[in-house]
Parts: sequence; structure tokens; C-alpha cells
Amino acid sequence: MEFDFQYFLGIFFSGLTRGSIYALIALGYTMVYGIIGLINFAHGEIYMLGAFTALIVAGILGGLGLPWWGILVIASLVAMVWCSAYGYTVEKVAYKPLRGASRLAPLISAIGMSTFLQNYVQLAQTSNSVPFPRLIPRRFEFLQDMGNFMAPGDFIMLMTSLLIMVALALFIRYTKMGKAMRATAQNRKMAMLLGIDADRIISLTFIIGSALAALGGTLIAARTGQVGFAIGFLAGMKAFTAAVLGGIGSIPGAMLGGLVLGLAEGFTAGYFSSDYEDVLAFALLVLILIFRPAGLLGKAAIQKV
Amino acid sequence: MSKRWMQTLACGMAALFAAAPAFAADTIKLGVAGAHSGELASYGTPSLNAAILVAEEFNAKGGIMGKQVEIVAQDDQCKAEIATAAATKLISDGVAAVMGHICSGPCKATLPLYTNAKMISMSPSATTPSLTQSGQNPTFFRTIANDNDSAVVGAKFIVEALKLDKIAILHDNSEYGRGYAEKAREELEKSGKATVVLFEAVTPGATDYSSAVRKVSQAKAGALMWGGYYPEAAKILSNMYSAGVEIPMVGPDGLKDMGFVQLAGEDAEGVYASGPTDTSANPLSVYYARKHQEKFGTAPGAFFDNGVAASIALLNAVNVAQSTDSDKIMAALRSSEVDTPIGRIKFDDKGDAIGVGMSIYKIEGGQYKEVFKN
Repeated sequence: MEFDFQYFLGIFFSGLTRGSIYALIALGYTMVYGIIGLINFAHGEIYMLGAFTALIVAGILGGLGLPWWGILVIASLVAMVWCSAYGYTVEKVAYKPLRGASRLAPLISAIGMSTFLQNYVQLAQTSNSVPFPRLIPRRFEFLQDMGNFMAPGDFIMLMTSLLIMVALALFIRYTKMGKAMRATAQNRKMAMLLGIDADRIISLTFIIGSALAALGGTLIAARTGQVGFAIGFLAGMKAFTAAVLGGIGSIPGAMLGGLVLGLAEGFTAGYFSSDYEDVLAFALLVLILIFRPAGLLGKAAIQKV
Repeated sequence: MSKRWMQTLACGMAALFAAAPAFAADTIKLGVAGAHSGELASYGTPSLNAAILVAEEFNAKGGIMGKQVEIVAQDDQCKAEIATAAATKLISDGVAAVMGHICSGPCKATLPLYTNAKMISMSPSATTPSLTQSGQNPTFFRTIANDNDSAVVGAKFIVEALKLDKIAILHDNSEYGRGYAEKAREELEKSGKATVVLFEAVTPGATDYSSAVRKVSQAKAGALMWGGYYPEAAKILSNMYSAGVEIPMVGPDGLKDMGFVQLAGEDAEGVYASGPTDTSANPLSVYYARKHQEKFGTAPGAFFDNGVAASIALLNAVNVAQSTDSDKIMAALRSSEVDTPIGRIKFDDKGDAIGVGMSIYKIEGGQYKEVFKN
């Protein structure tokens, strides 16, 4: 079979887009883990809540005659703010009281929170899949001209998540808050002795992570055109896998892990079979963890002495 | 000592045997099992109403063998564990036959009980092919086409009406979706006029199907057959149209649901779904719908016509057999045709109804329009 470059590009960008969403959600897992050593299983639910919030906002704005990108931006922003509040509250209610407890206690609390949020949305909203307004046009002329290897939804998603990831990296690296976050991640006690308010930093971590997940939820919902109360589970699992793959606790690791996982899935589906998409993706995870138990970039961040 | 014991036993046995005919003497009991409460009540209640109406009809004409028909309802909430208890209760109540169960899961769970007790059960709604096709449940019947029929008519439609020769098939790996996909592939290949260029499973609930969609387009398929439920179908359509892949989608009866039209919106336009042939113009269907309106004050719900058909078929068979013996009733079910709201039916050796039609519907302007009849 001759090599079809057009098809290759299509598969490549489809995998890359998928990976960028995994990365966006994985950042929340990895940041929280880096700071308090907790796997926040309710994170996938925040993603789902983001999609629902955006749906409600888009529904309200729909009648105002705004352009599609205006609605998308406003809906994303509202979803990010609203879900930050959710993330903040979840931390205060479910994790903070357990901070001194054994590591298992907050983990179970996280699973409980996840179940609670899912059931809450199921009861308060609906148990059916509901349509999400088609905010993103089906065609961008410049993408068509370039050979149509990328759908407009994919383009927006990829660009947004890359932009956000760069911004986050800069924030962590160069701002005072970012420095405080890194310090808390390295050694919370020491950071507190130096006058860093660890509780505030932890809250900030949850807020940023939740906002990113909400953005991911909004973008995915706008692209697939539907939301449901259970969408957070699979997305959360995949993002968690991406975080582990890249080295949990490491922010560049989450980004890399997401992209690697997305590309692995995309190429498996494209050149082998969708049947084995998950099998190969998880086989890759096992392989990488055998040779690099801390994940691809795990070592750099785990500097707890 | 042992002689006295034997006597007691004999007495006891006699009493037991005497009790059964005396019990059955008053009425002919028709068991009705299904979801009458809980989340899925909307699937089961219409069939219960159907049985009540049909029983009234028979009773107004003097009953069967001079006896009145009595409905014995058992709620299983579409849950297998409750269904087995309900089935045991119906068997011990000495019903002549059971109309039910509604969901495929409870059917599967209760069939060993019914088979052991030689109790006839007839589902108006369970579509899992193996229930009849496995051949392990000789006392099971149904008045609905099974999932295989859905794939058969889909494949036939593609070959004969759309006249396409390259078909891609995707499914969701569920029993329902995979079953449809495999049967469709078998039928397409058997026709000799079409080749299946892609046959793959995708993960239900995934965020993105664009890789699979690109593959469909790469395989130069003329149509996509989807084996699965409608939320995933809507996502695949969205991915397809975003990637500029504009080929028709043909799916099972899972896509023949207004929920699909609401969810997929414009994307649903032009999608083909199989479903039972529209029988709403059948005089019996019209008649029973009016009866339902009079007695219960609402329009009938899901599987109502199938429920009426099952009740009529069972009671008619008891009448033809002039007996509540299951062998005689089964012989009557297989040999004598009867008019029902879903057409003139009788049953084949495996228990599937002969004479129940499947059609292909096209979504146009948000409505399902019948375009092809098997």
C-alpha cells in the first residue's frame, strides 16, 4: 500500500487534538498530586460540570445574536469561573479536613465526591445525553485550502490548549504565585516556614486545575455536540493515564503524556484498528512504566528529599 | 410403619393433584410479567394494559372454554433478580401462560425456570436474538422482530435500494451493537453485491471518533452501517460532517427514537434506521388504541400493539387447543394464524413470530418516514 500523506496528516492531527485535551485535563491531576500527593478522582466530574455550565450559558446567550466565537468565549469563561468555585469547594469539603489523615482516606473521599457529583448532575439535570449547540462552524476556508486534514473544532481545540499550556508553564515559572506553588510542591513544611500560605496555594492549585478541566469540557462538548452526566469518567481515566505516563506531579510531563497517549491512540485507530485503540495505548503505558517507573518526565519533579 | 407412611403420602399426593384442577376450574389465568413500576415502567405498563383490554374482550364474548380470563400481574422492574421471583410466583399460581417479560435481561434470567416448569412465556418486546435462536427455550415466544431482522433489512436496503457496493461497519462492542454489525456483514457478503471494506469497534463514551471517521473515508465506503445506540451515532455523525465525509448512515432500531433526532439535530437528517413496520393503520391497532383511550384516558405507550398481539395470540391458542396443557397450546401457536394489531401472525419452530415486518425509515424534517419494507 502506498503511503498516503494526506491521510497520515489527518490521523496525526486527530491524535494530536485528542492528546491536547487529555493534556489539558491531566494538568489538573498532576498539579494536585504534585502539591498534596492526592489523586483527585473528582477531576473528571469537574470536566463534565464545565460542559454542562457552558451548555446552560450558551443556551442563555443563544438568543442574543452574538457571533459564534463570542458565545464560545463567554461560555468557556463562565464555565471556568464556575467550575473553579466547584474545585475550590470540593477541596475545602472533601480533602482539607483529611489533610492529616492517611493517604487512603482522601483517596476514598475523592471517589465519593466523584460519585456524588455525577449523581447530582444526573438528578438535577438529566440522565439523557443532551445536545450542545453547534458553536463551531463545520468549515474554515483556510483549513480547506490547506488540504482539509483538520476539522475546525480540532483546530480551535488544539490552538486553545497549546496556548493555555504555554501560559501555565510561564505562570509557574515566572510569577511569584508560581514560585510559591513549586516551593509547596517541593516541601510544604519548609514553604510554610518561609511564610508561604500553603492552604492558599492548595486552593489556587484546585482552582487552576478545575478551570482547565472546565475549558476542556466546553471545547469537547462544542465539538462533539452533546453532553451527558457520565462523560467525565472516561475522559478522567484517560487524562489520569496521561498524567501517570508523563510522570505524575510533573507539569511538562502531563502535557507530554497527553500528547503521547493521544497520538498512540490515533495511530492505532488509523493504521491498525479502533478495536485495539485502548489496548495499545495502555500497553504503551505499561511498557513506559517498566522502563521509566516514574513516567516520562517524572524524575524532574519528584524532588522530595 | 412403612405402610402407614405410604398411605399418608398417597393421601397427600391425591390432595395435591385434586387441588390443581379445582384451582383452575374457576378462571383461565394469564400471567403478565414486566416492568410495571420503576424507571422502565413506561416499557412494561402498556403491555399490562394491553393484556387487561384483550382479556375484557375475550370475557365479553363469553370467555374461553366457558371460563373467564383473569390477569395475574407480576412486576419485575426489568431487573433480573426480581424477575426470577416473579416467575416463580406465576408458576406456583398456576397460570396458563405468561405474557412477558419485557426486557431481554429478565427474559434470559427467567427462561430456565419457565422451561423447567414447561410454562409458555411470550415477550412483546425482548429482541435479543439468542432468546429464540439458541433453541434452548422451547416454551419461549415473542411478538416482536429480533435484532437480527433489523440487520437483515438494513443490508437488503443498502444492496437493493441504495445500490451501494462498498460498506464500512462500525459498532460499539455491546451485545446489541456487535450483534447487528456481525449480522449485517454476514448478509452483505451473502448478497454477493457488496463488500465490507471496514469492520471495527469503537469505544462508547469516547470523546472523539475522528480517527475512525477518517478511516471510513480512506476506505472509500459508500455508506456507514452503525451497530449501537444513538448517542454515539450522533457523535460519529458530527465527526463525519466536520471532516467532510458525507455518506449515508444506516443503523438499527436504536436510532429509531425521537431522542436521536433531538440530540443530533440537523445531523440526523438523511440517516436511515430500521424499525418495525408501521402498523398504526391496522384496524385492530386503531381499535385497541381507542379502547386504551377510553379505559385509561391516555394514548397507548411503547410495545402496546406487540402486547395486544401477544395476549391475543396466547388466549387464542388456549381457545384453539381447548386446554391449558402447554404442549397443546404450543402446537396451536405454531399452527393457527391469528389477526393481531401487528398483522396476521403465527410462530415458527424457534418461537419467533412469522408475519412481523421490518422496515427502513429515513429521517426527513425531523420525522421518521418509511422508505423500504422487507
